[in-house]
Amino acid sequence: MENRYFQPEFETMPEKDIKALQTKKLIRQVKHVYENVPYYRNLMDEKGVKPEDIKTLDDLRKLPFLSKADLREAYPYGLLAVPLSKCVRIQSTSGTTGKRVVAFYTQNDVDMWEDCCARAIVAAGGTKGDVCHVSYGYGLFTGGAGLHGGSHKVGCLTLPMSSGNTDRQVQFMMDLGSTILCCTPSYAEFIGETLKERGIKPDENKLKAGIFGAEPWTEEMRRDIESLLGIKAYDIYGLTEISGPGVAFECEEQRGMHINEDHFIAEVIDPDTGEPLPEGSRGELVFTSLDKEAFPLIRYRTRDICVLTRGKCTCGRTFVKMTKPLGRTDDMLIIRGVNVFPSQIEAVLINQGYSPNYQIEVDRVNNTDTLDVFVELSPEHFSDTIKDVERQEQSLQSAMKTMLGIVPKVHLVAPKTIERSEGKAVRVIDKRKLHD
Amino acid sequence: MAIKQLSVFAENKPGALVEITDVISESGIDMRALSVADTGDFGILRIIVSDTEKAEKILTEKGFVTKVTPVLAVKISDEPGALTKAIKLLYKESINVEYLYAFIASSKKNAYVVLRVADNEVAERILTENGFGTVTEDDIQNL
Repeated sequence: MENRYFQPEFETMPEKDIKALQTKKLIRQVKHVYENVPYYRNLMDEKGVKPEDIKTLDDLRKLPFLSKADLREAYPYGLLAVPLSKCVRIQSTSGTTGKRVVAFYTQNDVDMWEDCCARAIVAAGGTKGDVCHVSYGYGLFTGGAGLHGGSHKVGCLTLPMSSGNTDRQVQFMMDLGSTILCCTPSYAEFIGETLKERGIKPDENKLKAGIFGAEPWTEEMRRDIESLLGIKAYDIYGLTEISGPGVAFECEEQRGMHINEDHFIAEVIDPDTGEPLPEGSRGELVFTSLDKEAFPLIRYRTRDICVLTRGKCTCGRTFVKMTKPLGRTDDMLIIRGVNVFPSQIEAVLINQGYSPNYQIEVDRVNNTDTLDVFVELSPEHFSDTIKDVERQEQSLQSAMKTMLGIVPKVHLVAPKTIERSEGKAVRVIDKRKLHD
Repeated sequence: MAIKQLSVFAENKPGALVEITDVISESGIDMRALSVADTGDFGILRIIVSDTEKAEKILTEKGFVTKVTPVLAVKISDEPGALTKAIKLLYKESINVEYLYAFIASSKKNAYVVLRVADNEVAERILTENGFGTVTEDDIQNL
């Protein structure tokens, strides 16, 4: 079969060669970071580790971890490893308490990231002749830019649709004969429902595959999307801190995502002790980026819980596979593809003079995530007119929109009505059934 | 003279109003007038009671959110067009009526209208100059 791989020399590299390549790149990367990132050099010095101590992959465990808290502390330039003049791009993700995480890219970094996305597209059956319909959001979010670049690399005709405006999505999809759809799984389901409502049968569209990620989804959703659109649906994983989508991708087996091990080392650790766990154990996923020049993170803790397995895959790829994230080690929620922390909502309430008695309810209605925030009313915010009370709700809503990037529905409720269990308020109720 | 109105926040759920009225009746306080405004989400119960301070204290102790607002209670004679006349007087002076509700005192055989306006004093002056009587806190005790 031709065109099974985008870069077969890496994707099917024997395991021992991958390890040798990783070792060589790790030694180089640790040296690069130690010399150019004072923030990480200090962490290494505190641990008493020098670049010379890193000789094998096993030595990785000697190196200090980085977390989102480090990224916030070092914002914006503290983890930059090359002069700004060598950078050609930034991408960004929302972080806690409104502070964003900004990642920098050199042209090589962009190329590497786009190669990863191209591998995902080829693994989903994409070739030069395909029409790749990218409905991830374009902008600071990595979804649009990553798959767009990957599609160019494969040589597909790229439709830079961005998200939203479903009428136009459907029109272009049908008129231009889109064959591969890239978007969040919930948006894929929404597009599928829209086609169905309009009486367009699955075999009337030209789609053959979809590459869906940036939010948690289930096998049940996969089956739904596949039957609604008449396609095969593939998962893709990534994070802005490490590059973006494409850090790992699914192959035709549709059982776990291959991690691009020539560019990234994946570890699974015990989230409490930080000890690396053997392959096959469930734990927190940690990434070291081996080729990133501008923003090279070493041992970055993703907070995603998953299992890594290495074994012969029928697709012929030798890269280790990760399961879908099975949960989080923190309380982060992913709502409509956006990272939301309860602490952000708490910060808004405190800023606006409310006591932080609240409850977040997340659900999925008509394939779109909904976010309802229930806030206990206090006397100083109460008024005898409906207008004034609604104004309070709207003011909270717009402050939360600014903080989170998505619009919640705020409901003021009577004091002491928010459910408490053993004295501790239940902050989050997630009614979406995302983990099988 | 303005009188005190007690507003109580009520969630839009079964039994929310009964909980409030139960607390008031159990403490021996009389309700003179009542109105409810609501949205899909929540409601505001507005009441005129015989003892506002006591009612506010008890409701707050029970965990309800309350607010006392001065409102105008106007005596309306039992003849066609009397209420319209009062409202037109305010309208002509650009006084916006936020809300109003009526009640009847059976002992006096009179109708009254509670008016919520931005400036009670101006509204009261306009109405009394035109022959309308207003109700005082003392009157409320004796209705």
